[in-house]
Amino acid sequence: MDILFNQQILIASVIGGLLIGVAAVMMFAFLGHITGISGILFQGINKLNQSDNLWRLFFLAGLIIGPLIAHNVFNLAIPEASNKGPIIAIVAGLIVGYGTRVGSGCTSGHGICGISRLSMRSVTATLMFMATGFATVFIVNHIF
Amino acid sequence: MNNLIALIAGCIFGGGLAFSGMTDTSKVIGFLDLAGTWQPGLAFVMGAGLLVATPSFYLLMKGGKPFLAEKFFAPENSAIDKPLLIGAALFGIGWGLYGYCPGPAISSLAYLNTDSFIFVGAMLVGMFAAKQFPIKN
Repeated sequence: MDILFNQQILIASVIGGLLIGVAAVMMFAFLGHITGISGILFQGINKLNQSDNLWRLFFLAGLIIGPLIAHNVFNLAIPEASNKGPIIAIVAGLIVGYGTRVGSGCTSGHGICGISRLSMRSVTATLMFMATGFATVFIVNHIF
Repeated sequence: MNNLIALIAGCIFGGGLAFSGMTDTSKVIGFLDLAGTWQPGLAFVMGAGLLVATPSFYLLMKGGKPFLAEKFFAPENSAIDKPLLIGAALFGIGWGLYGYCPGPAISSLAYLNTDSFIFVGAMLVGMFAAKQFPIKN
């Protein structure tokens, strides 16, 4: 098995993960809400006109502003755009949107917050989407 | 105040995604590609996130209520049912196909790539499709 990993990747991964954890804890400690991004995006738009919904829109704005700050302040390289093309973007986007709503969460809500709360439901969901993620990449990269 | 906290937390979360490489679809697919050149970095992202969140969530839930709200809004559903399994399975397929889960997809809008806007638009269509056509248990 070939592995691409080094100290620089380790440090970046750990710092990134710590920041994600801190943000999720902040949201829970102050607002009492789980940081599940699929839920925040859907409810943010579904309940657009409700006043108690505004925090979701602010969080989503932060999600876009944060990387701009990180890339500028720490001089991180901007990742190259995907070369999969718009058709795959549409297909994958539809499946991700549909799947995360039906399954009540994504990498953040189930993977970080759910597992942290020791929810077996979230542990199961995380194992499931990891498994189909690994399987999909195997099929796309090594069979087709 | 709630909105300011949410904005700051969003910035920290998005900054974390950018730092960790999760806004780079090639790194995400590299992590999911066990049979290729495997990039284990993202496992450490999740590990570090859990390292912070697990003890904090435990202490917070023990302590009563949030600073700015009357109660915690943690999900109470604990059923491992058909929608959970099918939904999570589908999500993983879409994640593996393109390399974005919802958070990094939104954060990547900052890079102004057309395909990221297409992905997020399609994701929203998929979310509202789930509202119209849910999978019943």
